[in-house]
Amino acid sequence: MIRIEPREAPSRWWTIGIPVVSALSALLLAAIPLAAAGANIFEAYGQMYKGIFGSTFAFTEMLTRATPLIFTGLAATLAFRAKLWNIGAEGQLYLGAMAAVVVGTGMIDAPPFVLIPIILLAGAAAGAAGMAGPAYLKTKFGADEVVTTLLLNFIILIFLQMMLEGPLKDPMGMGWPQSEPIVDNAILPQLMPRMRVHSGLIIALIAAAIAHVMMSKSVWGFKLRAVGENAAAALHAGIGVKRSLMGAAVISGALAGLAGVSEVAGLRGYLTTDLSPGFGYTGIVVAMLAGLSPIGVVISAVFIASVFVGADTMSRAMGVSSYLADLVVALSLICVLIGGFVAHYRITRTTKADA
Amino acid sequence: MTETRVLSLNNLSKRFGSVVANDAVSIDLHRGEVLALLGENGAGKTTLMNMLFGHYMPDSGSIDVADEAGEMHQLTLGHPQAALDAGIGMVHQHFTLAENLTVLDSILLGSESLLSWRHNRRAARKKVDRIIERTGLAAPLDEKVGKLTVGERQRVEILKALYHDVRILVLDEPTAVLTPQEADTLFENIGAMTNEGLSVIFISHKLREVLAFSHRIVVLRHGKKAGEIATSDADERVIARMMVGADTPATPRDAMEPGAPVLQLKAATFKSDNARTTLRSVDLTIHAHEVVGIAGVSGNGQSTLARMVSGLASPDSGEMWVSGNRINRFTPPVMQKAGVGRIPEDRHHDGVIGAMSVVENLVLERLNDAEVQKRGFLRQKSIRDHAEKLSKDYDIRGPGIDADARLLSGGNIQKLILARVFECMPDLILANQPTRGLDMGAAAEVARRLMEARTRGAGVLLISEDLDEILALSDRVVVIHDGQLIEAHSKDRETIGLMMAGEHA
Repeated sequence: MIRIEPREAPSRWWTIGIPVVSALSALLLAAIPLAAAGANIFEAYGQMYKGIFGSTFAFTEMLTRATPLIFTGLAATLAFRAKLWNIGAEGQLYLGAMAAVVVGTGMIDAPPFVLIPIILLAGAAAGAAGMAGPAYLKTKFGADEVVTTLLLNFIILIFLQMMLEGPLKDPMGMGWPQSEPIVDNAILPQLMPRMRVHSGLIIALIAAAIAHVMMSKSVWGFKLRAVGENAAAALHAGIGVKRSLMGAAVISGALAGLAGVSEVAGLRGYLTTDLSPGFGYTGIVVAMLAGLSPIGVVISAVFIASVFVGADTMSRAMGVSSYLADLVVALSLICVLIGGFVAHYRITRTTKADA
Repeated sequence: MTETRVLSLNNLSKRFGSVVANDAVSIDLHRGEVLALLGENGAGKTTLMNMLFGHYMPDSGSIDVADEAGEMHQLTLGHPQAALDAGIGMVHQHFTLAENLTVLDSILLGSESLLSWRHNRRAARKKVDRIIERTGLAAPLDEKVGKLTVGERQRVEILKALYHDVRILVLDEPTAVLTPQEADTLFENIGAMTNEGLSVIFISHKLREVLAFSHRIVVLRHGKKAGEIATSDADERVIARMMVGADTPATPRDAMEPGAPVLQLKAATFKSDNARTTLRSVDLTIHAHEVVGIAGVSGNGQSTLARMVSGLASPDSGEMWVSGNRINRFTPPVMQKAGVGRIPEDRHHDGVIGAMSVVENLVLERLNDAEVQKRGFLRQKSIRDHAEKLSKDYDIRGPGIDADARLLSGGNIQKLILARVFECMPDLILANQPTRGLDMGAAAEVARRLMEARTRGAGVLLISEDLDEILALSDRVVVIHDGQLIEAHSKDRETIGLMMAGEHA
C-alpha cells in the first residue's frame, strides 16, 4: 500500500535538484515518441546536442532564442510571486515592439547611446501600460486578471495587424504588412561578428540580476512576496496590497515589453505579426520551471531555448517532426510539477503487517 | 458509563523528524464515557487524535475499536475511511468546512451518495433538525458557510460529526467559541447521548469544563502520558500540576487609576445586510491603565468592532478618537501611527505570513522604520539581530528564526505577534481572542503581557468568547449583543451570561 504524508519542509537540495531531474526525465520520456517515429534515439539526441553545442553559431543561436524567454520568464515570475496571474506577456511583448517601432524608425534622430535607451524605455512603458490596465481593473473592481490579460493578447494582436496595414506600414515594403525598419542608431549591437546574438541578451541578464536583488533584498520585493503569500495578513500589517499589486503589474508588463523591443531592435529589424512564436506564453513555462526564481529563469530559459533549437536541428537531420520540442517542454513542466509534489509530500510504502 | 471498553490506543508512537510527538501513549475509552484529554500546546494531543482518525500513520503501536456488537477489532491505521466506518467521528480545532456550501450541504457532505442526494434531502434535514433539537446547537441550515461566524462554524462541525451516527466522538476544543450557557447545554446533551452509548474524547484547555463534565482525565506532557485521574478525585490544582509540572501562577494585577481616554467611540454605526456584522450607534471609552473586556457570543458585531479599530472597516457614521486624535481615514497604517497595536482574531489568516520566516514576520509592521530599511533596501543584519532579541525576549520557540512561521505552534505564533505589536509601545491594544486555542502556559504569558502593557499605561480592548478570560483580565466588562454595547455593572457570570443572550438584567 502507498501512503502520502506531508514533509515538514522541503530541503534546499530538492529545490535545486528537482528541476534538473525533471528536465532529464523529460528528455528520457521524449525518447518514447521519438522511437515510435522510427528514429534512432542516440543519433537523434546526438543531433540535438550538435544543434546546441556543435558550433559557435549553433550556441549563439540558442542564446538568441533564450533572450526573449528570459524577459518573458521574468515578467511571469514577478507577477506570479504577487499571485497576480499575468497571462498577457504575449500582448505586452507586441506593445513593446510597437512602441520601439514608433520611436525607432526615424521619428527621433539621435546617436545610439541616446536612441537605444529611448526605445527601451518606450517599449517598457508600453508593456507596463498593457498590464497596468488589467491590474487596475483587478484592484478596483475585482476583475479576474487571467481573463482580462488573456483576452487582451488577441485584442493587441489584431490592433497590431491594423497598424501594420495602416499607419505603421512600410511604404517600401512592397505591400507586405510590416513596419518600416528600425534605424541603424536604434539597433541593439551584435555581440559577435556574423552571429545573430545581440546585446538584448546582456540587458536580459542585467534585468534578471536586478529582479533577483529587488525580490530578495528590497522592501518592495518583501512587500510583493508578503502580498503574494498572504494578502490578508499583509493588509492587516499595513502593507499597501493594491499598491504592491500595481507595482508588480507595471514591472511585469515592462519586462514583457522589453522582450518585444529586444526582438524587433536586436534581431528582426522590423515588426511583423509573427515576431513572437508564443514567447509570452512560453515565459510562463520558463517561470514555473524556474520555481519563480529570477536567477532560475535564466537557466530554464536557456534549457527551453536549447530544446527548441536542438529539436529544430534534429528534425531537419532526422526527418522527425519538430513538434518534439514542444513535447519535451511540456513533459519537463509535468515532471517539475510531479517533482514539486515529491518535494512537499513523502510517499511511503507500508506493508500489510503495519496495517 | 459502563466498564465495557470501546477503544484502546496501544503504545502509539509518532515522530516528525527529530521531534517525538507521541511516545508510547496508551489510552482506554469505555462505553458512555467522557474522557478529557489535556495538555499544553505541542504536548501531542492533536497528533494522537490524528492517528486515531487515520490522518497520520503511527510509527508503532496499534488501535482496537469495538464494533456495534462490542467485539474489539484492530483498526486499519492511516485510513480515515476505516476510522469513519468504525464509528469514530472527529471535530477539528481548525475548521474543515467549504465556504460556498450551505450549512445543510456541509453537514451532508461525504455521507450521502451524489446520486441519491436530492431524494434524501428531506429525510436528512429532519435528522439534522432532530440533532439540533437534542443538542441545542442552533445553526441556520440554508445559510452559506462562508457567511457564518467562527462560533457558528464550530457548531456546524459538531453537527456534522453527530450526523454521521458516531459511537466515538472526538472533540478538539469544542467550546472555544461557545457561550457558557451554550457550552453547558452542549455538555448536558452530550451527557444525554453518552447515556445512549456514545463515548466522547474531548480536548480542552478549560479546566472548569473538564472538571464539570468529564468522567476521567488523561494528561499528556511532551508527547507522553503524564497522568490519568478520575475526575471525581481531581481539582484544578492537581490537573494544572500534571500539565505544566508546577502550580500555575495567577495573573497578577494591581489596582490602578484609569488615565486619559485612549479610545473613544461616539455613536459609531456600521450598516450591513448581515445582522452579524452590524453595529448600532456604539459608544465606548477606554482609558489608559484600563482593560475593557467585550463579552458576547460570536456574530454580534465583535468582528466589525475589531475591524474598525484595526483600520479594516470605516464606520458609516459616528466618530472614533485614539489618544485624543480623531480618526478620519480607517486604514491599518493610520491606526499604527495613531498608536493602536492589533492582535488579530485569526492569527494564521491575518497575523502571520506562513510561508515567510519568523525574522520577516517580526518586521512586517515596521517596514518603513530606519532600523529595518535604508533607501528601500532591507538591513538584513539589523533585522536579524532584532529578531534574535525579540524571539529571546518573548521566548518564541520553534525550528529557528529562519524557519517559516507556519512551522511554529499556535502559541509560538501568538508570541511572535505579541512581540511585533508590543515592541511598538502602543497606547491602545486590540486583543481579539488573544488566547483562543492556546495552552495554559501560553495563555498565562499572553495575559501577563497584556497586564504589563496596562501597567505601562496602555488601554486594552479585549474581545473574547471565553468569559473566564474576560472576568480574569478586565477592569470593566461590556457585553455586545445584536450590534449594541451594554456596560455590565457587575462581574457576575450569571448576569453577564444572560446579557450575552440578549436578556437585559
